[in-house]
Amino acid sequence: MDLGEINPVLLVASLMVAATPLLLAAIGELVVEKAGVLNLGVEGMMIVGAISGFAISVETGSPWLGFIAAAIGGAVLSLLFVLLTQVALANQVASGLALTLFGLGFSALLGQSYVGIKPPSMGDIHIPVISDIPVIGPILFQHDPILYVGIALTAAVWATLKYTRVGLILRAVGENHDAAHALGYKVIKIRIMAILFGGACAGLGGAYISLIRVPQWTEGMTAGVGWIALALVVFASWKPWRALLGAYLFGGITVLQLNLQAAGVAIPVEYLAMSPYIITILVLVILSADKSSAPASLGRTFHASH
Amino acid sequence: MKFTTLLTSAAMALGLATGAMAEDKTKVGFVYVGPVGDGGWTYEHNKGRLAVEEHFGDKVETVFVESVPEGPDAERVMTQMALEGADLIFTTSFGYMDPTINVAKKFPDVKFEHATGYKTADNVSVYSARFYEGRAVQGHIAGNMTKSNIIGYIGSYPIPEVIRGINSAYIHAKKVNPDVEFKIVWAYTWFDPAKEADAATVLIEQGADVILQHTDSTAPQAAAQEAGNVVTFGQASDMSEYAPFPRVSSIIDDWAPYYIARTQAVMDGTWESANTWDGIREGMVAIGEITDAVPADVKEEALALKAAMAAGEYHPFTGPIKKQDGSDWLAEGETADDGTLAGMNFYVEGLEGEIPQ
Amino acid sequence: MIVLEKRPQPSKAWSYATPVVAVLATMVFGGILFAILGKNPVEAIGTIFWEPLFGEFAFYYRPQLLVKGAPLVLIAIGLSLGFRAGIWNIGAEGQYIMGAIFGAAAGLAFYPLDAFYIFPIMVIAGAFGGWLWAMIPAFLKVRFGTNEILVSLMLVYVAEQMLASVSLGLLKNPEGFGFPGSRNLQSYESAHNAELIAGSGMHWGVVTALIAVIFAYVLLNRHMLGFHIRLTGEAPRAAKFAGVNPARLILFCLGLSGALAGLAGMFEVSGPSGVVSIDFNVGYGFTAIIVAFLGRLHPVGILLAGGLMALTYIGGEIAQSQLGLPAAAIQVFQGMLLFFLLAFDLLTNYRIRAARSEVA
Repeated sequence: MDLGEINPVLLVASLMVAATPLLLAAIGELVVEKAGVLNLGVEGMMIVGAISGFAISVETGSPWLGFIAAAIGGAVLSLLFVLLTQVALANQVASGLALTLFGLGFSALLGQSYVGIKPPSMGDIHIPVISDIPVIGPILFQHDPILYVGIALTAAVWATLKYTRVGLILRAVGENHDAAHALGYKVIKIRIMAILFGGACAGLGGAYISLIRVPQWTEGMTAGVGWIALALVVFASWKPWRALLGAYLFGGITVLQLNLQAAGVAIPVEYLAMSPYIITILVLVILSADKSSAPASLGRTFHASH
Repeated sequence: MKFTTLLTSAAMALGLATGAMAEDKTKVGFVYVGPVGDGGWTYEHNKGRLAVEEHFGDKVETVFVESVPEGPDAERVMTQMALEGADLIFTTSFGYMDPTINVAKKFPDVKFEHATGYKTADNVSVYSARFYEGRAVQGHIAGNMTKSNIIGYIGSYPIPEVIRGINSAYIHAKKVNPDVEFKIVWAYTWFDPAKEADAATVLIEQGADVILQHTDSTAPQAAAQEAGNVVTFGQASDMSEYAPFPRVSSIIDDWAPYYIARTQAVMDGTWESANTWDGIREGMVAIGEITDAVPADVKEEALALKAAMAAGEYHPFTGPIKKQDGSDWLAEGETADDGTLAGMNFYVEGLEGEIPQ
Repeated sequence: MIVLEKRPQPSKAWSYATPVVAVLATMVFGGILFAILGKNPVEAIGTIFWEPLFGEFAFYYRPQLLVKGAPLVLIAIGLSLGFRAGIWNIGAEGQYIMGAIFGAAAGLAFYPLDAFYIFPIMVIAGAFGGWLWAMIPAFLKVRFGTNEILVSLMLVYVAEQMLASVSLGLLKNPEGFGFPGSRNLQSYESAHNAELIAGSGMHWGVVTALIAVIFAYVLLNRHMLGFHIRLTGEAPRAAKFAGVNPARLILFCLGLSGALAGLAGMFEVSGPSGVVSIDFNVGYGFTAIIVAFLGRLHPVGILLAGGLMALTYIGGEIAQSQLGLPAAAIQVFQGMLLFFLLAFDLLTNYRIRAARSEVA
């Protein structure tokens, strides 16, 4: 065993990569839940994003177009959720789960002819000079562009929720949809926008896996990331920066446990493998002194019956 | 008991009813544990199925059900195939072992072939591939190619199949490079490409410049490509999209010859229960093209090693070999017996770490 | 312009008619999907819905519906109580796994002893395992206010690692030549949850599921605790005034749903499945959440929903092997069915009317 073999700089750099799909999906879901909607279909939207992005970037040769397609693909799938929960007023928990089931199947049908293909590569951004700074360079300035998109998105969502009128309305709708309606806000319309945004983010997160992290298309390749993203929103108490922290914590422990294994640390592998989940629980318990709770209207159906 | 009789008589009735038809069409069923689009294990079995269709044309009808969970679901799918008149059923996952035996009892006239298991019956054969022969070739190349003398190995779960591969690769890497060290990471999942990518990155960061994988996705290949100077090998399928570098060779599962032969045996009425463990010689394990990224002399030696195994002249586990704890396993010139290999749950001498139990 | 108007009372007629309408709509759209995939839509739909119930081999498939549906119903019943009270246990999959591990471990501890009391001990151990696993989120919620959604979900993954660990270590079959997985409980008579009548599919898990349905029905309609559960979900503040102790309700609902999920796992491992293996769990705990909501959290509804889900699984497998439909198409089809069932539910609670001109 030699812990000296673990390079902390590289560890941080790779945990940021590991956390990005989680972060993207979690930020999207956070906005959805802030608007008072619980969409458990994140996994389904991610996998549809993964294949949409993969297929388009293979066909066009452009990863950028792929990511745009992934966002659209995720949003289109979330449109089904909109129809169910906002138009037909169906139960959100069941609709979200059905969405995941549908998305997994649908993506597999779409992806039948894309197995065993290598997508075009996006490449990392190497900004001259600053990316060569020791320690900070590899951690902050040598990644793929989408990773920065994830961080920028976190900042944008945070600022929007906190400082803008749109954010205020969104939160009002999530806290008390009847009052928001009485104030003249279009509850359904705002929720629809939020759900579509969530779908687009989940789609991006899925495409990050199929185009950058793995890069390959295989059925069911998101392998449960969507569920972790859902849990992260709860972990974050619906706060964007805490979602980032949660994603880095989770990604970090995942990478760290593999590092410990490779370094030959004498902790049984099964305990290492379950450590990300247990530590997430423990941190949440410590953080649960923070009493900020879920948006009050979360998961409840709104119908304007005047 | 009554139920069994009912099933059997139903099957027989069906057999009689379709007897005339069955003479010109043999029905072959395949039960898959993953989706055919997994690009790995199930994908290769399905290629075998397609080869059967192509080889026999109108004389066979193949059916398959994919993503069948191990346990009662598998049992139901097999029963369903048997009821619908399948003559031969391939069950392609270790976890299908007991379900296969259960269903085979109810349908004595249907032949079953269970992959990677050890329970046989009058109408149940088992078959598996000696992938460790391929690992020997990989180990040889890996030991020659590594400059850091650290070889990373990504395993799924610590089952005998995977441990055998690690041992075989290690023995042959060590032979050409006494300083070589293996770093082993267990993903503890059968399928999670993102985690495989993480594992590969971690190994590379800790100095490995050769990555061997016993998981099916191309994620480690991509991680190696990004690192630039890391050698990898394709697993399950050729992964030639990463050739000539980082992927310098591969182990390919080729089930087609076996599936065709067994289907032929059923057609001819010569099918017998057997315990098949085929390797390079029979073509069940194929070595993908060794690219020019490998020095010519190494390539030549690797091919010679492959040829020796194909000719049956060389066994990858030939003594003297000691176990990890220093106790003797194989004496000089002695080769490992199949029983020990099948249930291998120990490392050979020199490997570090413990096998998770 | 079409507007929705809330009915003063949910329509009885529509609540019976919507599932039928939904299934018909699924047949139409599913048929289109199958046609696009180049299959005969009528044949495909017929295979999925007709074959398992009335086809040539229905004598085999009908009992299988019980085997497939029982764990779903048993878990969903437990979940529905908590869901009604606003307590979100989404980690039933983990409790199911722990029930199986505890149940099987209790049985294997006696191996090869033959005794009548082994199976009852396994039942208790299985329920205990699931209960214990559900008590972790329950305790953390009561003591620290930790969100039970996250904890119960995370514990699913922990349970999966435990399952892998015991399959490779503690419970590994000593006569299994080093392969992972436990001894087969089917061949250990005292621990075997065999069919009560051969060929009927009826094993103790099916019986327990039916008892659970009746129990939940009585509890919700005839018992004070059931009233408290419903009250807490519908009007939390009123519940407080009515003297409901939220902590006790959390412990009860999570504990009960955990115990039932544990029982489901235990009956599965000792009966239809037989072995504790790395891949023992197949997602019943997650599917049961769908079943619970599809059954509108009502015990009888859950029973029917569980049966319907089982039917599409079994029918879907038949369609795969007979018609060569990919598994993914079946998954899409199931998704559609759920969508339509959920969407048409609207008609039970709302009237659709054409409004004259003003915007709603």
